[in-house]
Amino acid sequence: MKKARYVMWAALAAFVGVLALTAAGCGGSSGGSSDGGGDTGALPTKIGPGEGALDLIAWEGYTEDQWVKPFEQQTGCQVNAKYAGSSDEMVTLMRQGGGGQYDMVSASGDASLRLIAGGDVQPVNVDLIPGYQDFFEPLKSPPHNTIDGKHYGVSLQWGPNTLLYDTEKVTPAPTSWSAIYDPKYKGEITVPNNPIQIADAALYLSTTQPDLGITDPYELNQDQFDAAVNLLKQQKPLIKKYWGLASDEIDLFKNGDVVLGASWPYQTNTLQADNVPVKDTIPSEGATGWADTWMLSAKAKHPNCAYEWMDWITRPVPQAQQAIFFGETPANTKACAEMDKIDKGSCAKYHGDADQAYFDSIKFWKTPLADCGNGQTDCKDYTAWQQAWTEITG
Amino acid sequence: MTSGVESAGRPSWAARRRLSAVFWRRGWLRGLLLLLLPLAFFALIYLAALVVLLISAFWSVDPLTTELVRTWNLDNFKTVFTEPTYRTIAVRTIGIAAAVTVTDAIVALPFAYFMARLASPRMRALLFVLVLLPLWASYLARVYAWRLILAKEGALNWTLDRLGLPTLDIAYSNWAMWIVFSYIWLPFMILPVYAAIERIPDSFLEASTDLGAKGWRTTRSVVLPLAFPGLVAGSIFTFALTLGDYITPTLVGGASSQFIGNVVYANVGIANNVPFAAAYATVPLLVMALYLVVAKRLGAFEAL
Repeated sequence: MKKARYVMWAALAAFVGVLALTAAGCGGSSGGSSDGGGDTGALPTKIGPGEGALDLIAWEGYTEDQWVKPFEQQTGCQVNAKYAGSSDEMVTLMRQGGGGQYDMVSASGDASLRLIAGGDVQPVNVDLIPGYQDFFEPLKSPPHNTIDGKHYGVSLQWGPNTLLYDTEKVTPAPTSWSAIYDPKYKGEITVPNNPIQIADAALYLSTTQPDLGITDPYELNQDQFDAAVNLLKQQKPLIKKYWGLASDEIDLFKNGDVVLGASWPYQTNTLQADNVPVKDTIPSEGATGWADTWMLSAKAKHPNCAYEWMDWITRPVPQAQQAIFFGETPANTKACAEMDKIDKGSCAKYHGDADQAYFDSIKFWKTPLADCGNGQTDCKDYTAWQQAWTEITG
Repeated sequence: MTSGVESAGRPSWAARRRLSAVFWRRGWLRGLLLLLLPLAFFALIYLAALVVLLISAFWSVDPLTTELVRTWNLDNFKTVFTEPTYRTIAVRTIGIAAAVTVTDAIVALPFAYFMARLASPRMRALLFVLVLLPLWASYLARVYAWRLILAKEGALNWTLDRLGLPTLDIAYSNWAMWIVFSYIWLPFMILPVYAAIERIPDSFLEASTDLGAKGWRTTRSVVLPLAFPGLVAGSIFTFALTLGDYITPTLVGGASSQFIGNVVYANVGIANNVPFAAAYATVPLLVMALYLVVAKRLGAFEAL
């Protein structure tokens, strides 16, 4: 009996230990204060010697060995990457501990303006980055990273959010976003757990309910916003799960739990490589999308390595490697030839040869602001979007 | 002091003698020395963190820059208690924690009884290993395993299908959370219940039989009341652990499965709104405080 008591106490001790560890894990971060000061001092005119390290915040799949290892060998800058699951998380990480914990972030358009407004990032001298000259024209000075002629980072890759479906269970193949609002697929649909998803609903409503007058899915007045939120509330009973990480959505499709989902091309690539019968499509209503920028922290500790990174990651070969790995379109137009060298036909497949019309058909993520962009200032800002999203998914 | 010490050098032996004499004369000193480290740890790390948490709940953040604004206000608490969304999430969390506790109690009681009263010593040791074995594996690995079991084309449905039974669609739902939580916290219920039942003197049961009570009557009038403090002690673990979890809801929960912990996590890690997270985190704190008071009344701490 004594032995049994002993075992019980050991279990209790282990349990307390686990609790302590959990608490330690949760208590790591406290709110940071970021005082402005993005554009102090002149831009550098040459890249100095590297500092030996580079701390990055990136999307999953953006810092793969195939293009990070050669960079480390050439520059001696050791890359430490932290994956973030959403734009909100990227902004928070950039600000935590007063900023300066990370040198760079691969921010999408809905995070980049917030970072610029918060003084969390600094302008860069694009003359030091040779790849810039070969950028796809709309990405040289796009509104999501260039303000008053100042470039807050360099464009990286872009692409559309797609409709992913199981080719065996969804017939005929869907051509409209209406599929993810269709009760026919109740309990077999997944969408990202991200407030920016409201824009997808708004985009769908802009064609199905033209009376609402939605012209930009990120600039919504009260009526338009309410309609989009209502649509998402009606959609909720149809949702199996709101996915957080790309790998979650991959699991859901692989195990047959869902047959339809809002997705990125990365998931399609991974699932198809695993012989799961899926395909993706850009529905007739068009699609939302992302255009990512490597941005430089206002308090970067390794600015020279950061410039080396911007130089490297915008060259044709790493651009092509990343484009094929993730399934997105490179900013550097010279990457197209490299893509076909690695995998014949991949340039056309991932729109490496895209024209302005294709680019314009995608509604790129941007931060919703009260300013509607048409003189009105009654649009719902991002705080309202976040609150509404909590209500929808709560 | 034994022979091992005597063999050491003379001066150090004398010093030790003197020291132990001091400790013997001043008993409180010995107690203080023993408790100093754990107490300092408790005060600095545990209490200080709680205090900081409670204070920050009365602050707010600037919505655009997410900078901390150190002005006192009750807005966070107002939101927590008036917004229906947060009430729904709190009720869901507490409800599932209660369901998990009841389930574990029902499963643990016969199991612990068998272990303490009926099993041979060999069998008992084996059962102990079986109960504790899952605790050696990573929590995450076990939850992921359940995700594979419960998936639509997973092990459970495969088995049901083979047996000619209708398949279940419970992956990514509150049912899945209930099953996984009940499984994960079961050892924390079995151990205190076992300790309580093991402590019941044989003479009580014999007396009950002598007085003509059949098995069920003995169970109801002797075993259950004496096992009850153990059940309550175990329920503190299962209830508190479920109440504070956010990993299982993330991994096996469905579209309507957010827990208090998920909201707290999202506010700290994604929205950078620590004050609101702190305000919401006081809800499980209050619930748990209430629970402990009731548990004490029911004698739970006598069974530990």
